[in-house]
Amino acid sequence: MHELSIVMSIIDIAQQQAKSADAETIDEIEIDIGCLSTVQMEAFDFAWEQAVKETILDNAIKKINRIKGKARCLDCDASFPLENIYDACPKCGQHLIDIVEGKELRVKSLIVS
Amino acid sequence: MCATCGCDTDGNVTMHEPGHHHDHNDHHSHDHQKKVVAVEKDVLNENNLLAERNRGYFEAKNILALNLVSSPGSGKTSLLERTLKDMKGELEFAVIEGDQQTTNDADRIHATGTKVVQINTGKGCHLDAHMVLHAVQGMKPKNDSVLFIENVGNLVCPAMFDLGEKERVVIISVTEGDDKPLKYPDMFYSSTLCIINKTDLLPYVPFDIEKVKANAKKVNHKLEIIELSCTNGEGLQIWYDWLKSKVLAPETV
Ligand SMILES: Nc1nc2c(ncn2[C@@H]2O[C@H](COP(=O)(O)OP(=O)(O)O)[C@@H](O)[C@H]2O)c(=O)[nH]1
Ligand SMILES: [Mg+2]
Ligand SMILES: [Zn+2]
Repeated sequence: MHELSIVMSIIDIAQQQAKSADAETIDEIEIDIGCLSTVQMEAFDFAWEQAVKETILDNAIKKINRIKGKARCLDCDASFPLENIYDACPKCGQHLIDIVEGKELRVKSLIVS
Repeated sequence: MCATCGCDTDGNVTMHEPGHHHDHNDHHSHDHQKKVVAVEKDVLNENNLLAERNRGYFEAKNILALNLVSSPGSGKTSLLERTLKDMKGELEFAVIEGDQQTTNDADRIHATGTKVVQINTGKGCHLDAHMVLHAVQGMKPKNDSVLFIENVGNLVCPAMFDLGEKERVVIISVTEGDDKPLKYPDMFYSSTLCIINKTDLLPYVPFDIEKVKANAKKVNHKLEIIELSCTNGEGLQIWYDWLKSKVLAPETV
């Protein structure tokens, strides 16, 4: 359940940012979570519910952007959507690929007041 | 608050007590201006910074730090025991043992005469850079040594947490499924070396070693693979040579 550590880190970041923006409440938090990141969304949501209680994120709307996987083939230079890390290049069938998008895990923005 | 590194926790995940009542109504009644704060911050930023700090420390002291990850029982501790005995006198070693509860593994390492620190993570399913920072401060590994970090037995959670290691070594054994790299791709993707252990059992189990290698390469085409048995010793020399090549390699001029 590393999802709990992830949520705790998000709470830390939100707290720091709200403090430096001199905000009292966070109305909304926007988070990018790539589809190829090691985050299981069910576990994440469960951890979130438990962990944000009585923190600055308690009543915040949680907006999650799931970023689809994208890769580039190092062999034939094709760019293509990547569903699983182990998928081959659809053009040449090789696995010499470079993941370009989909591993994100970041706090993108906050709406504070 | 941890005084040495300034982070808020002591490496332990703390949960807030539910049921602690608190009235929201008053706070929210005044009319604050809403504004958008662009954050754009990696969630694991804090861990990554501490990992870089560890990495800098290791580089400065020319310590080869290796993060060993696997499912429980794949043979991490056995590999360390063998290595520490067989290479005694050739290289200087230190070990950090991560385990949720027990000190069994640390006791096994201690019995080989090697310096060892135990980190008990409690409910935590992985080591993080902060825990390693403190363990290292406590043990003060020697210059030009090899530091083995045995992570908590788990193929999922430790994948995301950089400890500041030079190489990540994922171990699987032939008693596990040959589709393991596909089931736990993140660990194989983030590792640099894969050890396939318990090859002495190959005659007794339906494990297709070529298939597991192909699967591992599908996930990570750069992954090096070494097959060995801690029990009968076959393949261990390749691992020792790999270790020595990493120790001797002068990365920076
Ligand atoms: N047959 C066989 N058993 C092994 C080998 N390596 C480890 N084991 C056994 O596998 C079990 C788990 O090993 P351990 O090193 O504790 O695994 P860890 O949980 O990854 O640290 C122990 O009973 C070991 O004796 C091997 O190469 N061959
Ligand atoms: Mg062990
Ligand atoms: Zn291609």
